[in-house]
Amino acid sequence: MRVALFITCVNDTLFPQTGKAVVTLLRRLGCEVEFPRAQTCCGQMHLNTGYPRESLRLARHFVDVFAGYDAVVTPSGSCTAMVREQYPRLAHNPHFAAARSGARRLVPTRAGREFAAAVDEVASRVYDLTEFLIDVLEVEDVGAYFPHRVTYHPTCHSLRGLRLGDRPLRLLRAVRGLELVELPGAEECCGFGGTFAVKNPAVSAAMGTDKVRNVLDTGAEVLCAADNSCLMHIGGTLRRQRSGVRVMHIAEILAQTEGRA
Amino acid sequence: MGGSGTSPARGRVVDLGMPEFPRGAARAVADSQLRFNLRKATHTIRGKRANVVAELPDWLELRAAGKAIKDHTLRNLDRYLIRLERAVTEAGGHVHWAADAAEANRIVTDLVKATGETSVVKVKSMATQEIGLNEALAEAGITAYETDLAELIVQLGDDRPSHILVPAIHRNRAEIREIFLDHMGEWGRPAPEGLTDEPRALAEAARLHLRERFLSTKVAISGANFMVAETGTLVVLESEGNGRMCLTLPETLISVVGIEKVVPTWRDLEVFLQLLPRSSTGERMNPYTSTWTGVTPGDGPREFHLVLLDNGRTDVLADEVGRQALRCIRCSACLNVCPVYERAGGHAYGSVYPGPIGAILTPQLRGMASPLDASLPYASSLCGACYDVCPVAIDIPTVLVHLRARAPHPPAERTLLRAASWVLARASRLAGVQRLASRLRRLIPRRAPGPLAAWTDTRDVPPVPKEPFRDWWDRTEGGAE
Repeated sequence: MRVALFITCVNDTLFPQTGKAVVTLLRRLGCEVEFPRAQTCCGQMHLNTGYPRESLRLARHFVDVFAGYDAVVTPSGSCTAMVREQYPRLAHNPHFAAARSGARRLVPTRAGREFAAAVDEVASRVYDLTEFLIDVLEVEDVGAYFPHRVTYHPTCHSLRGLRLGDRPLRLLRAVRGLELVELPGAEECCGFGGTFAVKNPAVSAAMGTDKVRNVLDTGAEVLCAADNSCLMHIGGTLRRQRSGVRVMHIAEILAQTEGRA
Repeated sequence: MGGSGTSPARGRVVDLGMPEFPRGAARAVADSQLRFNLRKATHTIRGKRANVVAELPDWLELRAAGKAIKDHTLRNLDRYLIRLERAVTEAGGHVHWAADAAEANRIVTDLVKATGETSVVKVKSMATQEIGLNEALAEAGITAYETDLAELIVQLGDDRPSHILVPAIHRNRAEIREIFLDHMGEWGRPAPEGLTDEPRALAEAARLHLRERFLSTKVAISGANFMVAETGTLVVLESEGNGRMCLTLPETLISVVGIEKVVPTWRDLEVFLQLLPRSSTGERMNPYTSTWTGVTPGDGPREFHLVLLDNGRTDVLADEVGRQALRCIRCSACLNVCPVYERAGGHAYGSVYPGPIGAILTPQLRGMASPLDASLPYASSLCGACYDVCPVAIDIPTVLVHLRARAPHPPAERTLLRAASWVLARASRLAGVQRLASRLRRLIPRRAPGPLAAWTDTRDVPPVPKEPFRDWWDRTEGGAE
């Protein structure tokens, strides 16, 4: 299976260890992993901050880069949701995609229709990592060993966007040595929300503090999630409070094996 | 529709003169009493709703039906409103059309003046708050008495509602006791001496105070949850019975209702009578559901007026994405589940419509000219909890993102995001920025100046790695070595 890794701009720049873990894990499971060098960013920040045109430009780039792979795997629930849910909306919206004024309304041009078709084609083959493992590779036990007490935060886009359900938990339960503890109020947003974190800092920090209190209540050593942007916010709050709890992307846990832990 | 015949005016939803959302919210976040009250109340009602929704195996079908009925009605709104007008008129009521808040207030004020009365009792109503009716009546020398318990608390405390369903959610019972003791006497029968903060005692004090009012007032003003076009019937759902007192005892009843509240038939109403109580109060069935059709000789008000309110709604209807906000049945499930509302409180939204639904409704009804209104579409982390609980499936996150594209953007932000999109348009540019960041990584301060302080005030910045992923991939040929 020809698998492309979409690392995401945040992971590429700030969390390369997550990308290395994904590569290690997928190779161990027999995938041939490629890293298309031209990739950059899905455009989620631009769209969600109110800049659909800039976002659309990045969407076009994404579709060019990732056309033709059997699967595109990404260690981010929110970037997956962006491509799978928002791209089609952007591409099929005549106000944004290439269109001309018809008799009564905007009508997509041929280029606009072709782009929409390309988006539909690529978007359906983009997977969040945990979803790819469970639904496509059909594995739960990835052969990992991680002898630590771990709690899991289901990020909003994994939970309510992609509806990942218990897929990440099934993967974690199969890790040898790992003690999984339930996070109270797990389904509540951590308060990151992209530019929300700086546009509404007081509310964002209050939400983050409540999330951190729940994490500390579990007595876990490690908080994991399927998205490093939420972990950057929760982890930044944990570190500021000198809490001693570390954050890890779920891929980094799943990549660890006995002797390497 | 109706009114002046000029181009449709933007609605005039009462502006509460608040600063932009982040500042109002920051103030609320620092108020420990408010945080405690809100957390307790929203989590209690959130849990109740979840339980009664979970026990219905066909909830999702009900939700889809609610959405479909509203969409169908909104698509054919002109037809159903005319049908409603005909049915109300045939049943002995009078129908008035108000294009905006000013026109609605003028119609109601004139109707009350015509009765010769100087006081009215009110059923809890969002539409009359939206247009600032109480204030307009006061200017004409008419006193409006709120009779919903929570609205009474807000009125006595010279306060503002902070929740659609529970307007005094920001108050606890100790605060309510003080408000009753200090202010009830100014409005009518004073609170009994030695009043405690026991809910029973507080309810009894309100009951005695209000009972006198019901028996002596000849004009009532209400809104409506639904209007059934086929029979011209109006419907109000409430929990206290105080609304029913207002709807039955006075001689004249005036109802001010948004045009989107119409449903075609009683069969359609059945769906909403299941969706609304479970979503709103977490009850299986609503305690007091009052319906009335025009006037009935010898029974209830002798005169009935229906004021149909547009106030920006036809503008909302013209927006393909935003129009779904008009499906709203004002249940407040989205407020109760919203992590931002829970911490910011209702007042920060600067509108009678707070919470997620307010963040999409207020900017559409009122426009985004003021800094507050322009900040409302950003008053959300887009977590999606509101969409999940909405009984008519309003995709609030999608509408928020849609409105953000139309909101005025700060010039510095626009420059920054345009620059970012230029960098991200080519991998080579991104790689250049990454290498620069890696080289300067030891110079990145733990506490950033300027706008970035919004992040570093409460959170550490993640350390920048020695090399980005793409350089590691190139150097090691994908870790193959």
